[in-house]
Amino acid sequence: MNFDDTPQEAAFRAEARAWIAANAPKQYEDELAKSSLGRLVLSGANVLEVAKAWQKKKADAGWACLHWPKEYGGRGSSPIERVIWQQEEGAYGKLGRMFIIGHGMCGPTMMAYAGEAQKREHLPPLASGEKVWCQLFSEPAGGSDVAGLRTRAERDGDDWIVNGQKIWTSGAHYSDYGILITRTDPTVPKHKGLTMFFLDMKSPGVEIKPIRQANGQSEFNEVYFTDVRIPDSQRLGEVGDGWNVSLTTLMNERMSIGASVATGFPELFDYCSSLVVDGRPAIEDRAVRAKLANWAVKASGLKYTAFRSISALSRGERPGPENSIGKLVAGAMIQEVATYALDLQGAAGVVSDPADAEVEGKFQAMLLRSPATRVEGGTDEILRNIIAERVLGLPGDIRVDKDVPFNQIPTRGRA
Amino acid sequence: MNFEFSDDQKQLRDQARRFLSEKCPPKAVRAVLEGKAPYDKELWKGLAEMGFLGVAIPEEFGGTGAGHLELCVIAEEMGRAVAPVPFSSTVYLAAEALLLAGSDAQKQKWLPKIASGEAIGTLALFEGPGNPAPQGVKLTAANGVLNGVKTPVADGAIADFAVVVARHGASGRETDIGLYLVDLKAGGVEARALTSIDPSRNQAELTFKDCKAEPLGAASEGWSLLSQVLDRAAVLTAFEQVGGADRALEMGRDYALDRIAFGRPIGSFQAVKHILADMYVAATLARSNCYYGAWALSTNAGELGEAAATARISATQAFQHCAKQNIQVHGGMGFTWEFDCHLYYRRSNALALSLGSLSYWEDTLIERMRKKNAA
Repeated sequence: MNFDDTPQEAAFRAEARAWIAANAPKQYEDELAKSSLGRLVLSGANVLEVAKAWQKKKADAGWACLHWPKEYGGRGSSPIERVIWQQEEGAYGKLGRMFIIGHGMCGPTMMAYAGEAQKREHLPPLASGEKVWCQLFSEPAGGSDVAGLRTRAERDGDDWIVNGQKIWTSGAHYSDYGILITRTDPTVPKHKGLTMFFLDMKSPGVEIKPIRQANGQSEFNEVYFTDVRIPDSQRLGEVGDGWNVSLTTLMNERMSIGASVATGFPELFDYCSSLVVDGRPAIEDRAVRAKLANWAVKASGLKYTAFRSISALSRGERPGPENSIGKLVAGAMIQEVATYALDLQGAAGVVSDPADAEVEGKFQAMLLRSPATRVEGGTDEILRNIIAERVLGLPGDIRVDKDVPFNQIPTRGRA
Repeated sequence: MNFEFSDDQKQLRDQARRFLSEKCPPKAVRAVLEGKAPYDKELWKGLAEMGFLGVAIPEEFGGTGAGHLELCVIAEEMGRAVAPVPFSSTVYLAAEALLLAGSDAQKQKWLPKIASGEAIGTLALFEGPGNPAPQGVKLTAANGVLNGVKTPVADGAIADFAVVVARHGASGRETDIGLYLVDLKAGGVEARALTSIDPSRNQAELTFKDCKAEPLGAASEGWSLLSQVLDRAAVLTAFEQVGGADRALEMGRDYALDRIAFGRPIGSFQAVKHILADMYVAATLARSNCYYGAWALSTNAGELGEAAATARISATQAFQHCAKQNIQVHGGMGFTWEFDCHLYYRRSNALALSLGSLSYWEDTLIERMRKKNAA
């Protein structure tokens, strides 16, 4: 049991560190380091442009999508090298946020199901950030129950014609391409009538409307499809096999471990060290310490759980659904942390303007953004089901719609 | 990076698990719980024969000299089996104190006997309610004898020797406190067995009256040595707790798969699944923190203090949570004497208090993190 790099790993780390030191956009390092959930602002710059420039620079030097094969824009690195890179990239890694879905989910799905020419055409610009991808899965009628989606694709010669609506599509407004799951046969049970495609987001008939979130920001969108034509050559997997294709996508999401999940703990610890309450630092108060200690061991537990997964990866094992605990624990925790940070501020905790609020309103922004972390990418409840069923082996819930043709499933709870 | 036990260590774990499932079934735990014996002597002998008592004791002192990672592996199995033997007192506390502070003669006298199962040791620290603190130590050491009362002392009524925390000065500083080695069979100590929430382990009150004692380590360094012993024991105890937590989770899972209500296994209800999922989360976080502690312990890293407190808090919470929720999953049957759930519930709550309670370790962890950050 050790944390030591092997000689090859140490050499790789040194090379990565030297390259980052020479090339990273240092003028943004402070702001990136200070940014936390709900707020990423780079003064005088457009975050998307800074992020794309950094990604392109990395790609040109062979530091983008490290674990992808070289011919698709990657480096052919081992899982452990990827983790070392993430450790070295540090705060600059936050610039990669808008590429997470493309790199973590769309890319691997394309790699598994697209034709060779399509892969060579689309994957390198995806890796370099020149093209941004989104994932069009969730719908108004299918959130946790994704397979309940209603967006239709109907065959028309060599094309498919798509009509319907997606929702909660992160980054659709700045995406160039998307992977899209549709219903191609409503007369069979819901998991069996689905088909996956990829499409150009500039296709005629695609309309994107940003969703104004409860915290006032807009990271997600509604995407409407009106007679959108997609060539059959852009189908991923067999007709009717879309559910299995989507499982590949979701499985790959779990492979993207190492990207640390935000817990809010380091920010709270720093804040409690500097905040003075009743004439002394808050951190000297036993009640504060008890709270901090509880969160400290959760944050530490997540860190070392990730280390165990990395060890498994480097032994050639595939990480399983046990990685679901990361978001489950961190999502609930960051909300509690933010609530407590405001509590420590007393009435002043209500002020959120960065110009007036404590630590530039960091915890107020966190509080207002945090409800989403417990919902996006699988609700707390779905994650607990996954742990219970796939890790602990408990029986699946009774699914009353499992063998019913999709078009006979009730659509309303109360008439 | 390799954040996992080695194949040899895993093999040792399997060996320990097989041994304990044969020699330490719930029936054996119940025999001690119900007062038929103060501890399981046969099991203790067997553990010695397997070499498990001396796994972290160097060969020159009669152990196998394998190391602390190996001891962590065995501790976890002892926790799974809720073993009714003085393992933690003897191996995590007394032996560690001797290894850390003992003279060659002291080590030669006691360590081989620990490894062979001939001597049971313990640490006499607490004097009634309260967590470890120098001002809580009233028992005095003067002119080579001890006077005062220690309570509760784990395995105090069955131990052959004790490491006793005593006061030799009145300056009000930590340096007033020293560690002393006492042969409990040589007179001067009276033991009174105490009934506890976990009768599968012995607890006693020890009264020292002009009891002969020899210093263990420098007299002025007692508190600092104690703190190091507690850190080492915290990691090892945390492995016991994680072993117990895992077993409680398995019991709950198995019951949820077998028990039918409303025409289906109760494990198919989300209300029950989510209880079990949260138990898994707690046990997994604790295990990962324990691995961090094991690494720090085995390499004597500067981070041992922080790692030990982290593992201790996390594992205490996990075992208490899993043992409590295991009963909930079992429903009424979980509250019967007949079902084994209460063995784990009792042990989880006893272990939570054994080295200083949760609030003590929470305070300790944040103080250590603060000092590190300030440095």
